[in-house]
Amino acid sequence: MSNLAQLGSDIVKLWNNYASVYLTGMWKTVSLAVICTLVGCLIGFLCGVLQTIPVAKKDNPLKKGLLGVLRGIIRAYVEVFRGTPMILQAVFVYYGLPYFTNNAVQWKSVWLAAFVVVAVNTGAYMAETVRGGILSVDPGQTEGAKAIGMTHWQTMTSVILPQALRSILPQIGNNFIINLKDTSVMFIIGYTDFFATHKAVVGATFLYFPSATIEMAGYLFMTLVSSILLRWWEKRMDGDASYDLATTDTLAHTSGMVRFPKSSGDAADERGR
Amino acid sequence: MSEQILSINHLSKSFGKNVVLKDIDFSVSRGDVTSIIGASGSGKSTLLRCINLLETPTAGQILFHEEDITRRGYNVPAYRAKVGMVFQNFNLFNNMTVLDNCMVGLIRVMHKDRETAEQTARFYLDKVGMLPYIHAKPRQISGGQKQRVAIARALAMEPEVLLFDEPTSALDPQMVGEVLDVMKTLVKEGLTMLVVTHEMAFARDVSSRTVFMKDGVIWEDGAPEQIFGTPERPETKEFLSRFFDR
Repeated sequence: MSNLAQLGSDIVKLWNNYASVYLTGMWKTVSLAVICTLVGCLIGFLCGVLQTIPVAKKDNPLKKGLLGVLRGIIRAYVEVFRGTPMILQAVFVYYGLPYFTNNAVQWKSVWLAAFVVVAVNTGAYMAETVRGGILSVDPGQTEGAKAIGMTHWQTMTSVILPQALRSILPQIGNNFIINLKDTSVMFIIGYTDFFATHKAVVGATFLYFPSATIEMAGYLFMTLVSSILLRWWEKRMDGDASYDLATTDTLAHTSGMVRFPKSSGDAADERGR
Repeated sequence: MSEQILSINHLSKSFGKNVVLKDIDFSVSRGDVTSIIGASGSGKSTLLRCINLLETPTAGQILFHEEDITRRGYNVPAYRAKVGMVFQNFNLFNNMTVLDNCMVGLIRVMHKDRETAEQTARFYLDKVGMLPYIHAKPRQISGGQKQRVAIARALAMEPEVLLFDEPTSALDPQMVGEVLDVMKTLVKEGLTMLVVTHEMAFARDVSSRTVFMKDGVIWEDGAPEQIFGTPERPETKEFLSRFFDR
């Protein structure tokens, strides 16, 4: 018990002295994870849409060639960034840019380098997720959209992607939570996120285990809040289970061959959808 | 003879080695209500899907106002906006309400402003009797209601021809009635329609022309009274005898 009491008092001591440092670290972790997940999703959606552009036999060879090259590039991008550890990618990007340009080009800030690495990495995972999401939407939806004259781009943005987004939302949440934790490897290039604050605090106080406990609790807090928010977002996207009959428009009742549901509940209740 | 909208010359379609359409010649004039009948697998639906370029013809020409739509570089989306299609499985957009389903084409394809689009959508939803359901999502309404919305969605684009691909085949008998009622209204209004159907009563009593297909070939093409009354081909007779005792 004395161990626990000691741990408790150390944690309180750390928190009293370093709360703002920890909170700054948390903020840097969350902000990087949020923005990288968003940009990663954009990259993923772009790759997904480009990869699913239909090619017809009759299309001109230039278009077919360009699409082929584009698909090759996306494939290579996905394989390279999924197939190597993010910590190494950070090293390559951060130190590689000055190395290969003989110091002519340097990163303006560590934040920018960390952002690029995490976003591009997330994009590689999202590219495949989005492609899967697009393929999972009923082909009839595409035909319906084409039949009213929509182009591939219009079909994607109006009909397919909103439905794909709903089905891959849990996966986006997954990626976000992974990003919350994995941004910690950016300490390798000197990005001071939540995990890096731990190293700084321990360096000054030697209270290794109490600080680690604060870190554990902090990360868990961030991921739990994210989970709850993501669930809420999913629910919101599904919309109401019921709908209102447009009864304010009295003319509607007298027109056509409408049969009204006899009960006061809506028609969907009876069918139990 | 009224103005010819669509003219199909020597159209063939095969999937790999499987030949589905063989040298089809066929045309549609303004005001025609054509029913295409025939057994499953006879190529009726494929013909319709070729006309809308949802399938790419293997050979032959499809002329829309004398212009070949199968040529390279033809603006296919603009063409499809003028040729409506109603599917067997409705294909309503699941992520939109009934109203949005009918508005999205007007806004994104026809570049109408929201207000005009909503007016047009409401007008056609009223015509099919679905105006009270504008706030419902497709998953919340019945099959017959879905098909009526799908018809309104196609009508909202104000197409020159409306193609129906077995519009009642996925519906139970009561719902078949409500969809056929809507289609009969459209016939009275003079809409040009091309209907692939198993509803022999519709083909016989409502359409102005009936086409019988078998094994990817058009065997008979004429007035419904002639096809149903005095079919020339034994194949037509045999097919029809399955529906009518004679």
